[in-house]
Formats: sequence, structure tokens, C-alpha cells
Amino acid sequence: MQAAALKDPFVPDICRVASARRELADAVTLELEPLSGARPDFRPGQFNMLYAFGVGEVAISMSVSAHENRGFVHTVRNAGAVSGALAALEPGATLGVRGPFGTGWPVAEAEGRDVLIVAGGLGLAPLRPAIQEVLARRERYGRVTILAGCRSPHDILYQRDLERWRQRLDVTVEVTVDHAGTGWHGDVGFVTGLIPRSPFDPDKAVAMVCGPEVMMRFAAGALLKAGMPAADIYLSMERNMKCAIGLCGHCQFGPAFVCKDGPVLPYDRIAGLLAVQEI
Amino acid sequence: MQALKADNSGFVIGPDGLQRLLEVLAGEGYRVVGPALRDDAIVYDDIDGVASLPVGWTDRQEPGRYALERREDNACFGYAVGLHSWKKFLFPPAETLWTAQRGSDGAIAVSTPERAPDKFAFIGVRSCEIHAMAVQGRVFEEGPYTDTAYAARRAGAFIVAVNCAEAGGTCFCVSMETGPRAEQGFDLALTELADGAEHWFLVEVGSEAGRAVLEQVPHVPATAEQAEAARAVSERTASGMGRGLDTQGIKDLLQDNPEHSRWDDVAERCLSCANCTMVCPTCFCSTVEEHSDLTGENAQRVRKWDSCFTMDYSYIHGGSVRSSARSRYRQWMTHKLANWIDQFGTSGCVGCGRCITWCPVGIDLTEEVAAIRAAPEEGRSR
Repeated sequence: MQAAALKDPFVPDICRVASARRELADAVTLELEPLSGARPDFRPGQFNMLYAFGVGEVAISMSVSAHENRGFVHTVRNAGAVSGALAALEPGATLGVRGPFGTGWPVAEAEGRDVLIVAGGLGLAPLRPAIQEVLARRERYGRVTILAGCRSPHDILYQRDLERWRQRLDVTVEVTVDHAGTGWHGDVGFVTGLIPRSPFDPDKAVAMVCGPEVMMRFAAGALLKAGMPAADIYLSMERNMKCAIGLCGHCQFGPAFVCKDGPVLPYDRIAGLLAVQEI
Repeated sequence: MQALKADNSGFVIGPDGLQRLLEVLAGEGYRVVGPALRDDAIVYDDIDGVASLPVGWTDRQEPGRYALERREDNACFGYAVGLHSWKKFLFPPAETLWTAQRGSDGAIAVSTPERAPDKFAFIGVRSCEIHAMAVQGRVFEEGPYTDTAYAARRAGAFIVAVNCAEAGGTCFCVSMETGPRAEQGFDLALTELADGAEHWFLVEVGSEAGRAVLEQVPHVPATAEQAEAARAVSERTASGMGRGLDTQGIKDLLQDNPEHSRWDDVAERCLSCANCTMVCPTCFCSTVEEHSDLTGENAQRVRKWDSCFTMDYSYIHGGSVRSSARSRYRQWMTHKLANWIDQFGTSGCVGCGRCITWCPVGIDLTEEVAAIRAAPEEGRSR
């Protein structure tokens, strides 16, 4: 009976939207402050379950490091009923938040090594806290490379961050688009195509990859081809999630529960599963 | 329930003793649940004494078939397993997790339903079902997060086990090492003997709570002959089990064969109806629905059983991860028999046979495993 005294992990805390900023045509970044006044603490790559009143709950990664003291920051793409309701929230609105959940990027483990960030589309959102924490302690890492791929020049997420990072002399930032319009003078093609020419030592690098599953599969393949061991390549998986605490079964990916064993998983653990369709 | 080793000497009670046992449990505030006849099936439901039990009935279970038949005796527990498992009480098919209200200032507030957990007495729990509760307990209570409502209900439950007197047509508990004799996890365990004019129960005590309840029921110590007769019941049941699942190396067998042609074969038969997951005593998947009232100011979060056989189950933006019946059946069986071992250190199958009986097309997972085992390399070249 003593279990009854534990906090019910299904019940959210209430947060207020401190700011809502449109990032892309279909994506908004919300800054959330807990009504309790608690200061959120979490690791880069972890996620929260965000609850939109009357609609439902959905898993969204934090997109700003806890070290920045900006509360929970989430970039939400309007991709369905719940994310659409969240993306429509205005400053002052309240919502439910459960979390943080899941594994994070190996930011501490990567110290002393080259860091390669590979992002596809909105995949840059869960990676941004890792980038922020690496750059905050830049001297602890080897070469740092950020590769970002987007569908078109209109879909470049966090363009101001990318520009700021690119101005630094100790970070390599490459951005490529699948389809360029007039006025785009950068790379065209998939983000995986940038990997062979990126400056990293495959024997002493850690790669953090996030994007659509097919993009991550090809990125991992390109990193392996470049000589990286599978155990040094980390992917952030996405599956349907209802509970985020390993009880509802939805997020299973083979033996792994993406919510508690992931979302960040080393490629050597999941390479076999990624090769199977509809697993 | 406190764990105590079964008292092997045992006691004997008669049918009137069983009636008294049910009365004592009701008197102690338990919600007494046991087997009952409903709609031509034996289900577990609230019972009101021995008269509620399916006295003189048995079930005939085969792949895709279930029928009740009259017995020649007046056995109270002369069937294999009920249609539903006890999970519907410990893990309700629908449960409100919390509610949310929107105040006049537009801010939302959350509240949880304040209620004492149901205190169940389960009557007639089979050994496989005790194992199933332990398997679900690992899922809900032993991970990084605990389902607190489930844990409270399970901790408060009083379990009266019944050792099976005959093997059901789809049972395979012997091969899963989950029965037919209940060895632990009960407060009291009964073995029913209903031969001819004699009708009595051997009672084993499994906990202090069980001992305290038995004290209030007229009983006598079992004679050596009675104890032997009860043991023989379990032995006869074990030897009469016609079905088995070879579990040797089953984790690697299934995890290494995701492209086996047998998955295509079973997909031709599987209707994706989800019956197997609903009747399975260990399947734990759930979804959460948002229920709003007409004012739009009140919302409920309702957890409901879900099934890996639905398209919604694996839906992420853009579509379902598992859009084919082949991938959904593969997920269910590979999870149940293989991935579960990685996740929870135990098989997810207890050999109760419900998924075989209640499959409308009679898919038998023991046959599916045997087919993959017979040609394990076949799929790898695909």
C-alpha cells in the first residue's frame, strides 16, 4: 500500500506560456514557466509530455538547454490536433506539462572528442540544447561541426542561431536544402551528403543525429562509411507515445521503449531494428 | 498479501466451508469476485456466495471455439479459465486518470479523483493467472515509474487460488512453467475434489491473511490420503495437457527472424481484431482519451485498454509505423514471447490459451512458433 503515497506519474504540472514565437510557417517556439515557480532541470535530448486542454497530450523535446534559465522551451510543429492546439497557444495561456522524460544526448561523454551534429528539418530542435551546452564549454571538445538539412530555404529552423554559430571561428556550420529557390547560394542536397567532407576524426568523434527516420538511417550509414564506430553514433527515435513512462506500450521499438530507453539511443543498439520495415 | 510458503499439510473444507469463506471475505470488506455464468460463457464478476458459481458446468475450449457443457458432478471450479482475466479488475478497461477544469480566468487546473482503491477478493484464480498478475506487476510496479493506482489495487487483493483439475483444450501452462499447481502468490489455494458423493476442498495457506481468514471457516486437517488425492489432481492435469510451447532460445529465435515467411502466412489469416490482446492476462497496452463536456470547461483523461493490432497504436505524423497485419502480428508475438524477456526479465506468456480460444480464426501461437522453429533460417535470405 505504500506505493499509493508516491506521486502519480500521469498527472501533469501546470505551466504558463511566457512567450510564443513563430519559427516557420508551421512551427512555433513556446517558452513555459511552471506556475509552481520550480526551475526546470533536464538534459539535452529529453522531452516533456505537453497537454493542450480539451485536446490531448503529445511528446515534445526541449529545444533550449536548462543552463540558459529560460524554463521549458519547446518548438512545436503543427502536425495534428494536439500539436496544432499547442502551436496556437498565446502568451499567458496555461497547459499541462509532465517530464522531463527519456535519455539525453551524450554531451558529457563527448568531452575530449570531436562533436558532429547532424539535423534534418525540425530535428535541430532536440539537438539545440546539446549544441548550446557544448559551445558553453567549447574548450572541453575537439572540432565541432553542425550539419543542418531542410526542405527549402523557407524551412531553415533557428536561422539566427545558425548564423551566430557560423560566425564563430571554432565551429563548422553547414546548411543544405533539398529544393532551392532563387536567392539560395548554399548547398543543395540531403544533409547526409555533407558528412564525407566534414572535419572530424572518426576514431575520436561522437555524432548526434536527429531527423526523419529515413534521414537518420542514411546519416548513420554515411558516418559508418566515414569510419565511425556504431557505438559513437546517437540517434533520437520517434514513436507514438501516450504515457512516456514505460507503461502504455505504444513507443516500443523492438525491445526498447523509446520513452524510457530512448529517445536518444546508440546506433549499435538499434541498427538491426532500423533495417527492418514496420518494426 | 504477505508472502508465506504454502503450508503443505493442508486443511479440508466442504462446500458449506466454501460458502462460509465467501461470507467471511465479504464481511471483511472485500469486493468478492469469482467465476459466474454470463451469456453462455464463464466470466469473472461479482459473486454472492456459492450459488453464483458455475456449479456443474465446464468449458470446452479449442482454437477459435468456446462452449459450455454440463458436467456429471457438481464441481464449482470444473472449467479451465474464464473468458476475461483478472486484469479487468486490477487494470480496469477504462479508468479516469485525472480531470482538468478551465477557470473563469482561462487558466486550467488539474485534479485527481479521490477514492479508496477497490479491495478485491479473487475467487478461483488459476496458477497461470497468478503468474500473469506477477508479470503485469513487473510492468506496472517495478519500472522507473509506478502505476500507483494499480499497485494499490494489487497490494490490497486477497487471492483464493484453485488448482486446475483438468487441462483446458488450449492450455499450455506446463511448458511455460506457470502451472497447473499454484505454488505461491496466493492467500489460500484450493484443490477441489468432486468425485461421486464426495465433494470437498483441500486448502493450502499461502499468507498470514489467508490463515486469519481460514480461522473463521470450519476446517479440519487433511489426512495423508486427502493430501495425496489433491496432489494427484494436479499431476493428472499436468499430464493431460495436450499443447506445449518450446521456449528454448525463443528470444533469439523470434528476434532473429523478423522477415520469416511465416509472418506472411499468419498475416493471411489474422483479422487484426485485437481479441487476443483483450483476453490476454498480461497485455498491458493502453491509450488515453480526452473527454470534454458540452460546456468545454471540463475535461477528463481516460485511460483505456489499447491493442498493438490497431492502426492508431503506432500512428505518428505521416502514418502508422505498422500498417500491415504482418507487422502487427509480428509485433504482438515477438513482444509477448521475446522482447518481454529483455524488457521485464520474464516471458509475457503464461500459457493460459485464451488468445488461441478467442481468436476468431483459431490462430495458435504455439503453432506459429513451431513453424518458425522448424525453418529458422528461411526468412533471413529475404
